[in-house]
Amino acid sequence: MNNICVYCELDEGKIADVSFELLSKGRKLAGQLDCKLEALLIGHNLSGFEKQLFQYGTDIVYIADDKRLSPYTTFPHTSIIVNLFRETKPQIGLMGATTIGRDLGPRVSSALASGLTADCTELEIGDHEEKKSNKIYKNLLYQIRPAFGGNIIATIINPEHKPQMATVREGVMKKEPVTDYREGKMIILDVKKYLDDTDFAVKIIDRHIEKSRINIKNSPVIVSGGYGVGSADNFNLLFDLASLIGGEVGASRAAVDAGFTDRARQVGQTGVTVRPKLYIACGISGQIQHLAGMQESKIIISVNTDPNAPINKIANYVIHGRIETVLPKMIKYYKANTK
Amino acid sequence: MKPFKIIALAKQVPDTRNVGKDAMKEDGTVNRSVLPAIFNPEDLHALEQALLIRDKFPGSTVTILTMGPVRASEILREGLFRGADEGILLTDRAFAGSDTLATSYALACAIRKINGFDIIICGRQAIDGDTAQVGPQVAEKLNISQITYAEEILAIDKKTIRVKRRLERGIETVEGPLPILITVTGTAPRCRPRNSRQMMKFKHSKSASERSEKDEEYLNLINDRPYLNITEWNVNDIECDRSLLGLGGSPTKVKKVDSISFQTKETKTMNDKDEDINSLMKELIVNHTIG
Repeated sequence: MNNICVYCELDEGKIADVSFELLSKGRKLAGQLDCKLEALLIGHNLSGFEKQLFQYGTDIVYIADDKRLSPYTTFPHTSIIVNLFRETKPQIGLMGATTIGRDLGPRVSSALASGLTADCTELEIGDHEEKKSNKIYKNLLYQIRPAFGGNIIATIINPEHKPQMATVREGVMKKEPVTDYREGKMIILDVKKYLDDTDFAVKIIDRHIEKSRINIKNSPVIVSGGYGVGSADNFNLLFDLASLIGGEVGASRAAVDAGFTDRARQVGQTGVTVRPKLYIACGISGQIQHLAGMQESKIIISVNTDPNAPINKIANYVIHGRIETVLPKMIKYYKANTK
Repeated sequence: MKPFKIIALAKQVPDTRNVGKDAMKEDGTVNRSVLPAIFNPEDLHALEQALLIRDKFPGSTVTILTMGPVRASEILREGLFRGADEGILLTDRAFAGSDTLATSYALACAIRKINGFDIIICGRQAIDGDTAQVGPQVAEKLNISQITYAEEILAIDKKTIRVKRRLERGIETVEGPLPILITVTGTAPRCRPRNSRQMMKFKHSKSASERSEKDEEYLNLINDRPYLNITEWNVNDIECDRSLLGLGGSPTKVKKVDSISFQTKETKTMNDKDEDINSLMKELIVNHTIG
């Protein structure tokens, strides 16, 4: 009882990376709290999936398997989680900050009257002293995220309400299978007990999912552009350099909002978190939400006309200059000096 | 075809997309007073979807509901200028400090006071928090279905609505029963601009807290044109459990805020001269970072 439960989501029949990442984080938190790590998997044709979850140190896997549970719709998944959580009373509930998690999380938190913090960039365990009531809360979940305006980081807690719920974007936590594989316990839920027919009021008529998506997360090199790039046309320079040196193109939120490039390329708290070998930030000033998504890059180069751009502080190299001048020079040198 | 009653939820937000240098105070906190307050962008996309339904089905109405300080009447007028029929301001100190759960509870209580609805529509998320929680939480509190990430309303009849959803890497068409709550993404069509006739009509509309009870001329004007009155409700006007409102009713608490200190690195600064860039590129190639 009072364990950590991760809602594991399916992405076209496979367990999503974000779920493995959350289990990896959950494993550590469970170690600190001396409680068990649970995974909840809801979908169809799930036999054998539990083994993948045990690879991340899951102690208990709950499976809800029914044809009607795939693909995801709001009501049935909500009902299963809410009813299961009422029985098992986890102290912490985690899910991905994906279209599914962001549809499901608030619905679940509202039904359970528990707090939910979106898009956390770190999760820790710690105590809290309520000065007014002189009450001490032990071992709360610190839900840490950049807050409004971006140059502050807020630590959010839910002292009185369980489960403490949080969503985390894909790529923020590291996916770390455990070295000592242990077969945990699997519990197959009696789906009928958790659902009724009214849960299927919303029907999926049609779905088109694109197979190949832009995947900047695993690219070793990212050439990323901000508002300072100036236009979608200028972004082509970034694409030229990226394809030449074997990288992908990323972007800041400002560049995406301005329509310079695809939202799938957005790096940062509300986009993708990346840890490439090389991150070339072009015309990116470096709001905290952006830095949070790329600060662990091994080498950071900032190309900027503003010598005081905040990103320069975390850059290994700052090139003071215009994109239109600097990038063609990089391209030229690379072409001339590699085979 | 019967007309539809639509409630469009909206939030007034600081324009965090255009944060200038003066937006930060020296202590590292945000200077809200210099940020312009705007109609949350995705709520405008949602309003457009509401207005499109209203245009198609004569007799339908669009009521904008917002919770916030008295100043939030500004976005209600903005909505009226763009074609909404009515605005409701939910304002009270009791709501201050609400997290998403307490906000959605207050909104749900206000919606119950409105005489029925077929569709509640709002933006996917607000730009000052990006949580995307309030829409689904309002739906849960009212025990109705939800369709999030909507990009287009494809069809609607008296019992069901068909919606195109924009997912991370694809689209989905879903059909749900009325009444329902829909959240709209920024990929949906932009909201229509202000309409000059609507602007003339609602130019002088005010909420109770915005007008002076001594201004007899204005009170007479409102008597003649009751539509100029922006409905204003406080905590006493809605049926609610006060312990679930505001800071006290919010399960999430801010334990602390820290200024961020990123690990600053030893930075090598250079110009855009050929030799500088060439030597950097050479270094990257030699140490196998690229190539």
